[in-house]
Amino acid sequence: MRNAAGEITYAQALYEATVQEMERDAGVFVYGLGVDDPIGMYGTTLDLHKKFGADRNFDTPLSEDAMTGIGIGAALAGLRPIHVHQRMDFLMLCMNQLVNIAAKASYMYAGQVQVPMVVRGIIGRSWGQGAQHSQSLHAFFMHVPGLKVVAPVTPHDAKGCMIAAIRDNNPVVFMEHRMLYNNRGFVPPEAYEVPFGKARVLAEGDDLTLVAISHMVVEAIRARAHLAEVGIGVEVIDPVSLAPLDMDTIARSVEKTGRLLVVDNDWTNCGASAEIIAETVERFQGKRAVRVARLGYAPVPCPTTKPLENLYYQNGRTIALKAYDMVKGGVGHWEPHGEDAKEIAEFKGPF
Amino acid sequence: MPATKRKTKAEDSAVKPAQLLKFYREMLLIRRFEEKAGQMYGMGLIGGFCHLYIGQEAVVVGMQAALTPQDAVVTSYRDHGHMLACGMDPKGVMAELTGRRGGYSKGKGGSMHMFSREKNFFGGHGIVGAQVPIGTGIAFGYRYRAEDNVCLTYFGDGAVNQGQVYESFNMAQLWKLPAVYIIENNRYGMGTSIERASSTIDFYHRGAAHGIPGAAVDGMDVLAVQEAGLRAVGHARAGKGPYILEMQTYRYRGHSMSDPAKYRSKEEVEKMRTQHDPIEQLGKLLVERKAADEAALKKIDREVKDIITAAAAFAQESPEPDPSELYTDVLLSA
Repeated sequence: MRNAAGEITYAQALYEATVQEMERDAGVFVYGLGVDDPIGMYGTTLDLHKKFGADRNFDTPLSEDAMTGIGIGAALAGLRPIHVHQRMDFLMLCMNQLVNIAAKASYMYAGQVQVPMVVRGIIGRSWGQGAQHSQSLHAFFMHVPGLKVVAPVTPHDAKGCMIAAIRDNNPVVFMEHRMLYNNRGFVPPEAYEVPFGKARVLAEGDDLTLVAISHMVVEAIRARAHLAEVGIGVEVIDPVSLAPLDMDTIARSVEKTGRLLVVDNDWTNCGASAEIIAETVERFQGKRAVRVARLGYAPVPCPTTKPLENLYYQNGRTIALKAYDMVKGGVGHWEPHGEDAKEIAEFKGPF
Repeated sequence: MPATKRKTKAEDSAVKPAQLLKFYREMLLIRRFEEKAGQMYGMGLIGGFCHLYIGQEAVVVGMQAALTPQDAVVTSYRDHGHMLACGMDPKGVMAELTGRRGGYSKGKGGSMHMFSREKNFFGGHGIVGAQVPIGTGIAFGYRYRAEDNVCLTYFGDGAVNQGQVYESFNMAQLWKLPAVYIIENNRYGMGTSIERASSTIDFYHRGAAHGIPGAAVDGMDVLAVQEAGLRAVGHARAGKGPYILEMQTYRYRGHSMSDPAKYRSKEEVEKMRTQHDPIEQLGKLLVERKAADEAALKKIDREVKDIITAAAAFAQESPEPDPSELYTDVLLSA
C-alpha cells in the first residue's frame, strides 16, 4: 500500500484506521449500504468481512432512519458502530435519530449513557452528481449540541481523525469528500489520534487569513499560489474539526493579517462560514478593524451539466480573486491564470 | 407465519398465590404513584409533560414477569409504569418529575427521559416511534455479543404508523434479533382514535408482511399478559427472531395532564373502569381463590401508600440542581 516515501491515499488511510481499531476493539463494527461489496466503499471497507467476519462488516437494507437507530441502540448496549453513507445527502433520513436521540442521550440521562458512534458521510462531486448527491450539510450537524463534526482533508488527518472518532464516546459525523480519496500523503503506519478542536495552519502568510473547509482546502492552496505571484501572502487554515471549532487558532491568524476569507464546501447562508465570520467579528469588534468575506456554493441546488456545475463551485481562481480584492481594496485589475483542477476534470468514478 | 389471536383468562391460570399477590402489589404501586404524580401536578409541584399510565398497569407488570433481570426494556414517553415495573426507585422517578437533583436524570430529562443501567431500562423517549429502532439495536447488540438476553420495545397504537417501525421489523426478522415488540393499544393516539388513524386496527398483524408472528392479548388481564409474554420472550430468546404482542388496554386519564379527553364518552371510560380494571379484577380473583382477604389487600394498599408518600416527600425535599448542571453531560470525555 505504501510507496517509498511512506505515502498512502486518503481512502487507504481510512481503511488502515478502521482495520487497526477493529483489531483493537471487538465492539467496533462497520455497516451501511454496500460496505461489503467487492469495491468496498472505494476501498475504505474492502473485504473487512473476510478479515473480521460478516458480523462486523455488513450490508444493510435501505432503511437509513431505523439503521441509525439500530446503531444508537447498539452503542447504548456497549458497541462502537461505524455507519457508512455513500452520499452525505442520505443523512437527511437519519436526522431524527441523530439529532433527537444520539446528540441528546447523554444530556437527557445526565451522563449515564454514551453513544460512541461514527457516521461517515461521503460528499459527492463531478460527473453530474446533481442536487441530491453533492451536498455537505455539515452546518446542520454543527448546529446541534452533542454532536461532533469533523472534515479531515489530508490522508494523515483522515486516519488520525477516524481513530479518534471511533474512540470518542460521543456521536461523530465524519465528512469525507469524494475528490480527496485518491490524494496521497505521508501516513504513519502505527495507530494515532488527531485531536478534535485543533485547527491546522497549513501555510503561513501576513496579508490574509484563508480558512477553507473540506475539499476547499485544496483550492485554497491553489489560490495561495496564484496570490504569491502578485506578492500577496496568504495564511491557509484547515479547521479539521468543525464541532468543536478551534476559533483561537483562526483568531490568532486574523490578529496578524486583519483579513479573513472563509471558503466553505457548502452554501454560505447560515453555514459554517457564517459561524466563523460571526465569531471573529464578535472577538474583534471595538478592538481591531477586520475585513471579512465568505465564499461557498452558488445559492442554488447543484446542477448536473458540467458548464453550470463549474460555476456552482469555488476554485483556486475565484478564491484568489476575492482575496485580491480584499487586500487591494478593489483597486486595480488582476486575472489569475492557470488550469482548472485536474482531479475534478479527470474524475471518472467510481462514484 | 400466520398471526394468531389468543386470549387467556385469569380464571384458568395456575399461577401461584404469592405471584398473584406480587402482581397486585406492583400494579397498585404504579396506580398510586401515578395518582400521586397527578395530584402533585395539580399542586404545581410537577410541570410540563406528565403522561399517566393509569389503567394500563397490567401490561408492564405482566411483561416484566416474563423477563430475566438481564433483559432490557425501552419505551416511549408514557414511561413511569415501565420504570417502576423494572424495579427503579419510585423516589428517583418522582424526584425527576419535580426536577430535583435526586431524580434519575438530575432534573435534566423529566417525565419522558430517565434511564437505568442497573435495571436495564433504556429510556423513556419523546419522539413517537423513535425508540423502536433503538430497541432493535439493543437486541442487535445482544446477538452481536452472543448474549442470551432479549430486548422489549414498547410503543403505542399511534407509533405503529411510523415508517421506522417497519424498517425495524424488516431488520429484526432478517437478522433474527431477540426483539419483542409490545404494541400498547389504548385506542387513542393523543385524541385520535385508532379507527381514525389506522387503515387496519388488528395491530398484531403488522409484522405479517415480514413473517413476524403476532398475538392480541387482553392487556387488562395481568395473567394473560404474562402468559403471552413468556411465549414471545421464549421465541425471541430461542433465536427464532422477533415477536409482536398487541396489548389491548386503556388509559383512564387524558393523553397528558393538559388533555381533558373530550374525544371519548364518559360512559366508555366508566365501562372500562368498572368492568375491566386490571387491579380490581386481580383483587377479586385473590379473594375468590382465598389467596387474600379484604384486610390483606388493604394492608398492601397501606404499604404501597407509604412508599409513595416517602417518594413524594423525597421529590420535594431533594434540592434543585446546581446551575452548573446546565452545561454538563453535553459531550462526554473520550
